[in-house]
Amino acid sequence: MNLLVCVSRVPDTATKIFVGPDGKTIDSKGVKYILNPYDEFALEEAIRLKEKNGGEVTALTVSADDATDILRNALAMGADSAIFIKAPAEPDSYQVAHNIANSVKDKNFDLIFFGRQSVDFDSFQIPSMVAELLNIPSVSVVSKLEVNGSKVIAERDIEGGKETVELSTPCAISAQKGLNEPRYPKLPDIMKAKKKPIEEVAFFQVDAAVEVISIALPVNKRVGKILGDSDSDINEIVRSLHEDAKVI
Amino acid sequence: MKKILVYLEPQNNSFKRVSNELITAANNLAQSSSAEIVGLCIGGNSSIYPSAGQFGLKKLVSVEFSGAYSSTAYAEIVSQVAKAESADVLLFASNATGMEIAPRISAKLDAGYVADCVGLEIVDGNIVATKPVYAGKALIKTKINKSTKVFSLRPNVFTAVKNDVGSPEVTNFSANISDNDKKASVTNVSTNAGKLDVSEADIIVSGGRGFKEAGNFAMVENLAAALGGAVGASRAVVDAGWRPHAEQVGQTGKTVSPNLYVAAAISGAVQHLAGMSSSKVILAINKDKDAPIFKVADYGIVGDVFEIMPKLTEKIKAVKG
Ligand SMILES: Cc1cc2nc3c(=O)[nH]c(=O)nc-3n(C[C@H](O)[C@H](O)[C@H](O)COP(=O)(O)OP(=O)(O)OC[C@H]3O[C@@H](n4cnc5c(N)ncnc54)[C@H](O)[C@@H]3O)c2cc1C
Ligand SMILES: Nc1ncnc2c1ncn2[C@@H]1O[C@H](COP(=O)(O)O)[C@@H](O)[C@H]1O
Repeated sequence: MNLLVCVSRVPDTATKIFVGPDGKTIDSKGVKYILNPYDEFALEEAIRLKEKNGGEVTALTVSADDATDILRNALAMGADSAIFIKAPAEPDSYQVAHNIANSVKDKNFDLIFFGRQSVDFDSFQIPSMVAELLNIPSVSVVSKLEVNGSKVIAERDIEGGKETVELSTPCAISAQKGLNEPRYPKLPDIMKAKKKPIEEVAFFQVDAAVEVISIALPVNKRVGKILGDSDSDINEIVRSLHEDAKVI
Repeated sequence: MKKILVYLEPQNNSFKRVSNELITAANNLAQSSSAEIVGLCIGGNSSIYPSAGQFGLKKLVSVEFSGAYSSTAYAEIVSQVAKAESADVLLFASNATGMEIAPRISAKLDAGYVADCVGLEIVDGNIVATKPVYAGKALIKTKINKSTKVFSLRPNVFTAVKNDVGSPEVTNFSANISDNDKKASVTNVSTNAGKLDVSEADIIVSGGRGFKEAGNFAMVENLAAALGGAVGASRAVVDAGWRPHAEQVGQTGKTVSPNLYVAAAISGAVQHLAGMSSSKVILAINKDKDAPIFKVADYGIVGDVFEIMPKLTEKIKAVKG
């Protein structure tokens, strides 16, 4: 099987965020960048499919910064090779999707894996966008996957339940937590990953569709009435919920 | 902005509440321009169409569709309607369906797309969309530099406002759908019968690791029942197997914006906040007065959940009569 996993490089979710001097991007000083956590589920699923059916796993990222660090992580987990599309400036989702689609359209991937969201802009859009650009079906937020030859059965989370979707390869899948337990690369895997190829591909020039006007930290407009646990305190909280906030 | 297409989702005998929120948001955008608004409903019973008129929808395009929901087919239908109507703004809910089809449609229409918006306003003739980023630690304002603009809006953030304009004028559109468009089709839907889902609840009572074991969640259930709300959970609780993943609130779980969110024995890790910080009112209960959850809380009780939960439940029952 010919498998592709799209991965993104994101600030660690625990990192404190500061607005940069331009007011449009975050200050990357002191920010620790990691492989997007959902992409680990995507990688794990692709690697397991390869282990079962044979084939190749390619990891791909589009990034303005040097992303070889996260590609090496993907290679250490078990991807065979990687593609790095270096963007001239921070790309928006439109540019990322077009770059992924453009660079893989002739490569006959059976399955293309994604994470359900990239934890930087949480935009939940690259998987279906790429699938549409490649004219293939897709399923988002998949927590269970069965692949039998060209037949694919995916289970995904919806409001109040689960949905089972049937489709066939080639197709795109975006991974939800619970799909599998991603492996931790061991030292020999990390050593081996250093010798695996990372191919640099030129950026496919398209204009961004979305422009960031400003970025700001949220303003706390909460009431902030924090009391103790005495009966009168609890009474006062209940009264506030009822009379001031009018939510009960 | 000439025409706004609002994607409406039928559910049982009405439209989803978020559909009415989208109509209101469209009306707000249209107010400062002369844009027209048209609703789009695929499938569903026509008897529910008049209800959209109560929120100000005057025109509705109805598309018949036989067979199971298919993201590829639905995306094709919406794109065909958007083209036929010359819609240049499309609004979706950022729920399971919207999040899946909106990006596909934006690719079909070569549009720009901003997901999970919590604010939409018009500034100097442009639609400026606000969305949370970095797990809600920051907010960005964006604008789309494409002639067609697609947005998905976070449910429960935009309030649906009643504005009765009578029954909308309905036109039927027959979409041109081939089998090739049905490449991904739903074969089964299993619902958690009888249980209110956190993503659709007005009130949520969530419990965290501080409850120590699954059995103690009865306290969370009791308070939720007294409030008529749904039970939620932190990831620590779901990972421990005390509660199902469907109840998890946060970055890896559901994003919710209820009128009241109660966080009991939840520390308030950033990934949890990502899923609930747009709640309208937040009540936190925690024995640690420095727990980060208190920083985002409107109301807080510092103390032991095992003592507080039963008392709080009784007092709330009394107030609600
Ligand atoms: C990539 C990633 C994604 C994640 N996604 C999510 C997500 O979607 N949702 C989520 O919730 N988490 C998520 N997490 C995990 C998150 O970081 C926290 O670990 C988790 O939210 C902690 O759950 P908790 O607050 O229940 O437990 P804890 O952090 O252990 O907090 C328990 C709290 O209970 C209080 N307490 C204990 N006993 C009592 C008592 N008797 N009375 C009153 N208070 C008491 C304590 O003071 C403490 O504040 C994610 C983490 C990562 C890395
Ligand atoms: N810059 C990128 N390069 C490669 N893949 C990406 C990139 N950004 C997002 N993706 C993929 O798309 C998924 C969803 O991201 P998003 O739509 O940005 O929330 C991620 O989990 C990745 O699999």
